[in-house]
Amino acid sequence: MQLFDIIGPVMVGPSSSHTAGAVKIGYVARKLLGEPVKSAEILLYGSFDATGKGHGTDRALVAGLMGMNPDDARIPDSLKLACDQGIEIKFGSISLKEAHPNSVLLKLEGENRRLEIVGESLGGSIINIASIDGLSANFSGDYPTLIVHNNDQPGHVAEVTSMLSHKSVNIASMQLYREHRGGNAVMVLECDQEIPEQAIQWLKHLEGVEKVTYYSLNKEEKER
Amino acid sequence: MSYKALAEIIGEADKEGKLFWEIILDEDCRESGTSKEESFRKMLYMYTAMKEADSNYDASARSASGMAGGDGKLLEEYRKQKNRLIGNFLTKVMEKAVKMGESNACMKRIVAAPTAGSCGVIPAVLITYEEEKKVSQDKIVEALYVAGGIGEVLAESAAISGAKGGCQAEIGSASAMAAGAIAYLEGGDNETIAHAAALALKNMLGLTCDPVGGLVEVPCIKRNVSGAVNAIISSQMAIAGIRSKIPPDEVIDSMRRIGSLLPECLRETGKEGLAITPTALGKLKFNDL
Repeated sequence: MQLFDIIGPVMVGPSSSHTAGAVKIGYVARKLLGEPVKSAEILLYGSFDATGKGHGTDRALVAGLMGMNPDDARIPDSLKLACDQGIEIKFGSISLKEAHPNSVLLKLEGENRRLEIVGESLGGSIINIASIDGLSANFSGDYPTLIVHNNDQPGHVAEVTSMLSHKSVNIASMQLYREHRGGNAVMVLECDQEIPEQAIQWLKHLEGVEKVTYYSLNKEEKER
Repeated sequence: MSYKALAEIIGEADKEGKLFWEIILDEDCRESGTSKEESFRKMLYMYTAMKEADSNYDASARSASGMAGGDGKLLEEYRKQKNRLIGNFLTKVMEKAVKMGESNACMKRIVAAPTAGSCGVIPAVLITYEEEKKVSQDKIVEALYVAGGIGEVLAESAAISGAKGGCQAEIGSASAMAAGAIAYLEGGDNETIAHAAALALKNMLGLTCDPVGGLVEVPCIKRNVSGAVNAIISSQMAIAGIRSKIPPDEVIDSMRRIGSLLPECLRETGKEGLAITPTALGKLKFNDL
């Protein structure tokens, strides 16, 4: 554990898992969507569902979806702020299979894009994005992360990794998942450096690549 | 790599001829690739955020459950009374600990140290120390590195979350960290710092996490007071020359073992202890439980 995970973070209370972690899940989801959220269906599971209200988990998630960080003093007022901005928010409960006790399913819609993710708050404001659009993923939002949905066929991993090598981007962790042989597949790569925009655009045009999602640590929101 | 034992930090300090806090500063620079100045600035920011949270206390704020808020004001008023049993320093520590815990419950901005639930302990003792003893802010920041180093060892070798180790891992850890920090500020050497932490942690061993409604309110807020006061008395014992008969790292390992033996119902699940008292269950109607 890093020193500033012990003394820190600066956050809006009351709970690092149920409040700060929830803001972070919302924030990562907003960045993955790549454009402002127009409507969100927020389905809470387990302890998020049972004790979320008292912990402000609802307001925390919405704050994150609006691009706020866990130390933003506006978090307690996020529901009203979202309403003022015309963002449609719907809350509900859900039963997820084999999910972490602090989990949420977010169904997001923007102007042009849709996204469905399952986020888990693991404690101490550490989070895990467990799935994207129904396919497994596992990443923390602490690294620049590239998510590529592709057809399960030879060569895609090599295409992606050689592109990263060409751009001098080091891979911190890499995971591969697929529905079944020859079906939909996903690779999740956490990187030590940011990936240039044009490299991501190039990936999107490759044959057999269905969707490319990129999570950048850069604060400035850059719309794609 | 974080240090896994207080003895490792002290050994490194002896070898390098440095102070406890400098070893932790060096380690942060190595781990995060920052300069000493950047790391120090970041720690100063944490301390500044603690002070802001303290001065922004809102006595009229209440938590969503309605259970938390307003007690900090009561201690503030009590501190003005002349015929108090205890002195100004300790009363102020109590007041600041309650205020921070309440601010956290009321969704105000705080600094998790090590957790949000235990966020009142370290600021209560350090801010009071700065105000009452008139030391420099830099000195307090150094003390925060001491606290951070102790916290890292606790996180690596035991636990700092209630879900993993019970309240001893949250308030107990915060108390041990604060005790070490005060021992440093009071001129204690590295050995004294470690023993102050050990004495504080020993007093907290076995403390369960049984919050009402699973919320960070009852008994968490007032536990911050006992953690803060315990840090002061433990540091004073260590400064006086008292040593923990069980070596500090063995105390930390005891906390880990006790934590793993605690049943799940007493680790932040709200399924036993205070959480299931008739009064507690009666208070929970707000949450449709």
